[in-house]
Amino acid sequence: MTMSLSAKDKATVKAFWAKISSSGEAIGADALSRMLVVYPQTKTYFSHWKDMSPGSAPVKKHGATVMGGVAEAVAKIDDLTSGLLSLSELHAFTLRVDPANFKILSHNILVVLAIMFPTDFTPEVHVAMDKFLAAVARALSEKYR
Amino acid sequence: MVKWTEEERRIIRGVWEKVDIDEIGEELWARALIVYPWIDRYFGSFGDIFTTTAILKNPKLAALGKVVLSALDTAVKNMDNFKALYAPLSRQHYEKIKVDPDNFRLLAECITITIACKLRAELNPQVQATWQKFLSAVVEAMNSQYK
Repeated sequence: MTMSLSAKDKATVKAFWAKISSSGEAIGADALSRMLVVYPQTKTYFSHWKDMSPGSAPVKKHGATVMGGVAEAVAKIDDLTSGLLSLSELHAFTLRVDPANFKILSHNILVVLAIMFPTDFTPEVHVAMDKFLAAVARALSEKYR
Repeated sequence: MVKWTEEERRIIRGVWEKVDIDEIGEELWARALIVYPWIDRYFGSFGDIFTTTAILKNPKLAALGKVVLSALDTAVKNMDNFKALYAPLSRQHYEKIKVDPDNFRLLAECITITIACKLRAELNPQVQATWQKFLSAVVEAMNSQYK
């Protein structure tokens, strides 16, 4: 199902991102930590890490990398497909992460946002962020086949 | 039926103790309808659920939230055999209400996120994992009569 971002969605995402972006690394580290613990099948992509436990150095570093990608997506929200082209090629040809996992990570990002920003993460912000992360996942899946 | 360790039982009870069924019940369906608006297909008799404002103050949605959480309470209190207890509920959702079972998964995600707003850091990765295991078992129980 392709659901595009409305002007209101984009404004909501940008406003919320402005509030939370300074916590980007912490959000990424926590979301990734949770994903690896709650959905252990995702660990299959990280067997090259010495330590996959919550808050470990590789998890923190990678969480920051992932949220850097999300930040880039916010900046390029008006054209995610072309904006995230090289990231899509990376995921499609090098990383080859099964796209089902994008949904799993997105869910964990939303859980972390609810935990860290309970008053700001209203249902309206929740739906805008859910749609945005789904749109990012679609853009990342573009080059897969 | 799923197997639970003593630790997992303790964790589930710990989370559930902090859930005020009235408070969380009121928010639950509002969040679900706002985030997944297509589920309003099941709510034809609920009156006005077509704007965020209307959704947030609809008393029938609030009441249904409490019904759902009371059913979850049954599962918490009967962790070893709620699959059997849920069979009539599953059949009702399949044959009478005709709910696409993927919605059970969506509602479960809303439940987790609503609880996350309340419990915050107490819902640490290990607690979230155990809670997710529990909700997956509930979703599976709700799916059991879809055949």
